[in-house]
Amino acid sequence: MTTSLSPTRTSGLAFARRFISRRISWVPVFAAVFILVVMFVAAQAYFGNFLTPRVISSLLLDNAYLLILAVGMTFVILTGGIDLSVGAVMAFTGMLGASLLRDGLPVALVIPIMLVVGAAMGLGVGVLVQYFGVQPFIASLAAMFAARGLAFMVSLSSIKVEDKAILWLQSTRLQAAPGSWSITPTGILALLTVVVAALVLAYTRFGRTIYAVGGNEQSAKLMGLPVVRTKLLAYVISGVCAGLAGVAFTAYTGASYPLNGIGTELDTIAAVVIGGTLLTGGSGYVLGSMVGVFVYGTIKSAISFLGAEQSWTRITIGALLLVFVVVQRIIVARSRRR
Amino acid sequence: MTADSEVPPVVEMRGITIEFPGVKALEGVDFTLRAGEVHSLMGENGAGKSTLIKALTGVYTIASGTIAVSGVERTFRGTADAQAAGISTVYQEVNLCGNLSVGENIMLGHESRVAGRIDWRSTHREAARHLENLGVQIDTRSLLSSHSIALQQLVAISRAMVTDSKVLVLDEPTSSLDRSEVEQLFGVMRDLRDRGVAILFVTHFLDQVYEISDRLTVLRNGKLVAEHPVSEVPRAELISLMIGRELDELQALSRASVRTVDRTDAPVLSATQLGRKGSLNPVDVDVYEGEVIGIAGLLGSGRTELARLLYGADRADTGRLEMHGRPARITTPRNAIDNRIAFSSEDRRAEGIIGDLTVAENIVLGLQAKRGWLRKVRNPERVVAEYMDALGVTPADPHRLIRELSGGNQQKVLLARWLATAPQLIILDEPTRGIDIGAKADIQRKVAELSNAGLSVVFISSELEEVLRISQRVVVMRDRHKIGELASNDIEVADLVDFIAHDTIKKPESVA
Repeated sequence: MTTSLSPTRTSGLAFARRFISRRISWVPVFAAVFILVVMFVAAQAYFGNFLTPRVISSLLLDNAYLLILAVGMTFVILTGGIDLSVGAVMAFTGMLGASLLRDGLPVALVIPIMLVVGAAMGLGVGVLVQYFGVQPFIASLAAMFAARGLAFMVSLSSIKVEDKAILWLQSTRLQAAPGSWSITPTGILALLTVVVAALVLAYTRFGRTIYAVGGNEQSAKLMGLPVVRTKLLAYVISGVCAGLAGVAFTAYTGASYPLNGIGTELDTIAAVVIGGTLLTGGSGYVLGSMVGVFVYGTIKSAISFLGAEQSWTRITIGALLLVFVVVQRIIVARSRRR
Repeated sequence: MTADSEVPPVVEMRGITIEFPGVKALEGVDFTLRAGEVHSLMGENGAGKSTLIKALTGVYTIASGTIAVSGVERTFRGTADAQAAGISTVYQEVNLCGNLSVGENIMLGHESRVAGRIDWRSTHREAARHLENLGVQIDTRSLLSSHSIALQQLVAISRAMVTDSKVLVLDEPTSSLDRSEVEQLFGVMRDLRDRGVAILFVTHFLDQVYEISDRLTVLRNGKLVAEHPVSEVPRAELISLMIGRELDELQALSRASVRTVDRTDAPVLSATQLGRKGSLNPVDVDVYEGEVIGIAGLLGSGRTELARLLYGADRADTGRLEMHGRPARITTPRNAIDNRIAFSSEDRRAEGIIGDLTVAENIVLGLQAKRGWLRKVRNPERVVAEYMDALGVTPADPHRLIRELSGGNQQKVLLARWLATAPQLIILDEPTRGIDIGAKADIQRKVAELSNAGLSVVFISSELEEVLRISQRVVVMRDRHKIGELASNDIEVADLVDFIAHDTIKKPESVA
């Protein structure tokens, strides 16, 4: 035991030490930012025309759906769980929405329906995990198959979306800053999701309970915190985000296809982990997940700049993920030693 | 200050019974806790201390009996209910969240909020105030896991104070603290007591009981044995209250220990200054061929820790081992098995039997492990039959699942497992705990018989009579030190109790 019990120690080192002891959990996020910057610099040096407003804007605009999914996934992973259903739920809600719109339902009704269906899928996973003691991996895998199947039940082929409001979400280019900085309503939606989630996690009892549960579920229970409710709600949030991503993705592609989003759940998890959230739960930030999504997007852009096969995106993401997971293990092992 | 009977009780538990499948963990126990007292709950392993605490803190539901807090009868359906009634608990393993800040751990669920939004500044200010009440000044925004266990415990106590607890349960809080940290904790406890908080204190360090508590309650085998002001119970009496008397049947067994052991050859196993930081201070032990060494001491005295070091289950960081006079390297159980040392662990269920395998499979397991997984055990049926018969395992059906057997018979199977590997030294940690008298006598008889035939045995038990009866020499442990070694044929249980209570060598009660 190195920390002494003696009261107030103020020395020259105190400030630095205090800063580190308070911000230690942000270190993985800083690491992700560092990697993003390194990639920007390297890509700019190599291509010469990489860091343009158009490319940077498209990092957000092309990955808005992924960012929304990553926000929901962050809640679940912070509690120590995992949600494999998000890609399929996104596809299912997208199909459902597109077919309802085709049948003539107003968009003001269709979007809430998509969100509620997403929430219901999330609740289902949460109930399986919480009340039936099913592993989150298995419970969400079941939900993934169910949602994928339901997407095919809606239609086997792609449904084109002609609704003005939905298409407006993607086609409107708002000038975000002088030059060709632009943003679409889906981009704004994604950023708004990040801001709301960050505030919820930092400034509400529910948000703090998420961290407590992920840190030590047994302790959280013994501290008298509402563990069951919190975990259920985390899965519901992930489901709602999947529904919202369904809206964003439908707008992005202008159509819904039952095979959309295959493997997206894994991209989402990769982005969250690269963004510094511990898979064991209790540590991480949605801002980190956002950085993770940008890292993912940058790799994708850089590879298309190269004109190489997109399979290289997967390989690079895989390698990066490996590095981050190893770094996380080291961090966890070090904190255990104390 | 001593709580007398005029002070109204804060907690009154009457006739508490708790049953688990097949066992009565608590039977009609009464327990009273008064405002402004430190009350120690005493008892050996399995006496029911932690069960009683869990009943009080809402972790277990009681089968019968009543709990009244401040005169109002309560039913606890969970820890939140108990906390709402003003009962807070600080566990041995601090139950806080290491990934959150100190201040947050104190205030979690009670943060100051403005329109639903947590006001971190005032939350941390509040947390700091609670810590200062206990004389602790640290940065409340620092991560909890960056602090020592001692400090984390004080944080846990601060958390209890946020809810204005009337009752504070401290379950073995001192077991991982050093001397000065214990002092600080005691200072906080005295302070809280003087402010009228009722403190229920559990520890296995006797010195601490006498230092801090006003009254004590002793449990044994799930039953209430006694409740006294501490000043009225001398140490020796307390120990015999905790340990109890054995039944006549066992006393009738003649002492095996009268036999003399030939100590001319080098010892089978000799440990010199064997120790491990934080769990056992360096200890010397020699075990000769055909000798039974008893290890006596209360729970937490370092008995099990010593056994685990001898077997290589934990890695020693000081000292060395010799076998038959030659240096031996035993750092893993595998090394021990290769050196023909067997170890039957204290926790039969978790570390011994494999419940879903049959009796025969459980017996052969040890032999198989020794031969390696690829080589077939020759004639397993014969081995199984031989040992089941020798130990009198009932029912005598090798194909029955072991979890269907009684505790005593499971223990015999475990003994059979190790004997089948033909060890030269066997370490038995609490082999007779929680088993019926008949099986106990069988096991004791078998141990005596085996040692007569040349097997060396290290025998650990909390029942001092049993230790004296079986062993030739007794190593006495207290507070993770070896406090002495006695020849067992010229002492009685009372002498041993005396020795544990007031040895001449005065040692601090916890490990630095």
